[in-house]
Amino acid sequence: MGYLIETVYFLTAALFIVGLKRMSHPTTARSGIVWAGYGMVLATVVSFVHPQITAHIVTTNYVLMVIAIAIGGAIAWWGAKKVPMTAMPQMIAIYNGMGGGAAAAIAAVELLKSHGAGAPETHVFIMAVAGALIGAVAFSGSVVAFGKLQELKFFKDDAKFRFTGQQKFNAAVFGAAVVLGLVIALSHSSSGALISVFFLLALAFGAMMALPIGGADMPVVISLFNAFTGLAVALEGFVLGNSAMIIAGIIVGSSGTLLTLMMAKAMNRSVSNVLFSNWAALASGEAQAVTGSLKPMEPPDAAIQMAYASKVIIVPGYGMAVAQAQHKIWEMCKLLMERDVVVKFAIHPVAGRMPGHMNVLLAEAGVPYDLIFDMDEINEEFSTADVALVIGANDVVNPAARTDKSSPIYGMPILNVDHAKNVQVIKRGKGVGFAGIENALFFADNTRMVYGDAQKVAAGMIQGIKDLG
Amino acid sequence: MEVMKQVVEFFSPIYILMLAGFLGYEIIGKVPVILHTPLMSGTNFVHGIVLVGAMVALGQAVTPLEQTIGFLGVLLGAGNAVGGYFVTERMLEMFKSSKGQEK
Repeated sequence: MGYLIETVYFLTAALFIVGLKRMSHPTTARSGIVWAGYGMVLATVVSFVHPQITAHIVTTNYVLMVIAIAIGGAIAWWGAKKVPMTAMPQMIAIYNGMGGGAAAAIAAVELLKSHGAGAPETHVFIMAVAGALIGAVAFSGSVVAFGKLQELKFFKDDAKFRFTGQQKFNAAVFGAAVVLGLVIALSHSSSGALISVFFLLALAFGAMMALPIGGADMPVVISLFNAFTGLAVALEGFVLGNSAMIIAGIIVGSSGTLLTLMMAKAMNRSVSNVLFSNWAALASGEAQAVTGSLKPMEPPDAAIQMAYASKVIIVPGYGMAVAQAQHKIWEMCKLLMERDVVVKFAIHPVAGRMPGHMNVLLAEAGVPYDLIFDMDEINEEFSTADVALVIGANDVVNPAARTDKSSPIYGMPILNVDHAKNVQVIKRGKGVGFAGIENALFFADNTRMVYGDAQKVAAGMIQGIKDLG
Repeated sequence: MEVMKQVVEFFSPIYILMLAGFLGYEIIGKVPVILHTPLMSGTNFVHGIVLVGAMVALGQAVTPLEQTIGFLGVLLGAGNAVGGYFVTERMLEMFKSSKGQEK
């Protein structure tokens, strides 16, 4: 039986690797997740006859196993099918949290039972404790991240969760959890009280780490917790001697870490900066005064300007996602393309709430991915565009990032929208972006503001183009 | 020989760790930005393999407390695996090229 299990785990690891590899190209991505899915099903099925279980068969445990898989799977399936595309980031957060919680649960079971003769060696205890700590932090942190992105009332006000000496307090909680973990590991203790306090401290730290972080920074944090869960899974894999868990966990740990760094870099912030400071404190510096005035424009007029353009570049932002405007926007683009206007989409790495979030939304609306360009690919082209249409994006097109050294976003790479001949900005109101700073682009001479809900504005634009005949 | 065998046994997981670490780094390094969110979701699915470990932990559980925690572990692990899969699949389903659409 051992050989069967190991062979299937080996196959699973291979399927995961091939699956992830295929996921890294748009044309094969869909098949990649299916390959990885086969691996998961295979590994799950054979684990029912894992020698570590079959050595002492307890029927109740099998019944519990099937019930747990049925309940957990059904809830997750229902959630994954129901959720709208705009809510994807928080769904990833919550499923990731579940993985972290599962890793912590494995550690708890292993720690509680490992006493008496045949107890594992100290280094196994250390790995179990480390995995428990990381898994528990990923669990509670991800739950908080979910609550914040879902905009649950309790999490609405970031400032509520900020207090003086917060970082020292968090560090103390973390330190206490580490010390207690070491005590458990070195003394091979299976004391329920010690282990409970240890888990409570770890859970508290995870939640407190995520609580003061603002919504704009959440993608980086979710990505970090994703890497954490991978690491926790790998550590518990060592404890159980399960090679599939070790390989899958470490791959996620390392790729998740790299992804986190890439996201933070695109936002021009370091990971530690995201975790241990907040925008509000940064943005209090004096920003350059913005001169000029906001010049409004009606949707039909904006439509005419685009209809007679030869090239239009569209810059979607989170505002488009909130208004669910991607379908209308694409409908408008198709009308423009029928009039031989060249239409391209320009995506900033951190547009929306996660890298690639905008791409997913545009893909949902049916925009072919070969019309969608990354910042580096398209930034030179803005100077040849007749119209740049900004939809609910703000900080990622703010020229202050290039010019204003006192601005909190100074140095962040931005889309050079201001180089286009004409700029149209669809915006709900006159408010500022996530970073809380004025945007000089909106006051520029060649910029026109089209106020309103992005979906309604797009509908107005479609009508405007149709009226031209 | 016996000593050598123990040393090899001790080191093989460390080799796995190193190689898998580099592999994860390499896979992500070549991914276009447009696939970052689906890929994060995909890696999120892959660590759903924790389900297998939770099953083993529950299978070995003896006391009611261990059974309860094990049950929760399997439930959460199954949620991670199933939810991660369908969220990723839904996102990737939508990636089509304009050439594909013309067919």
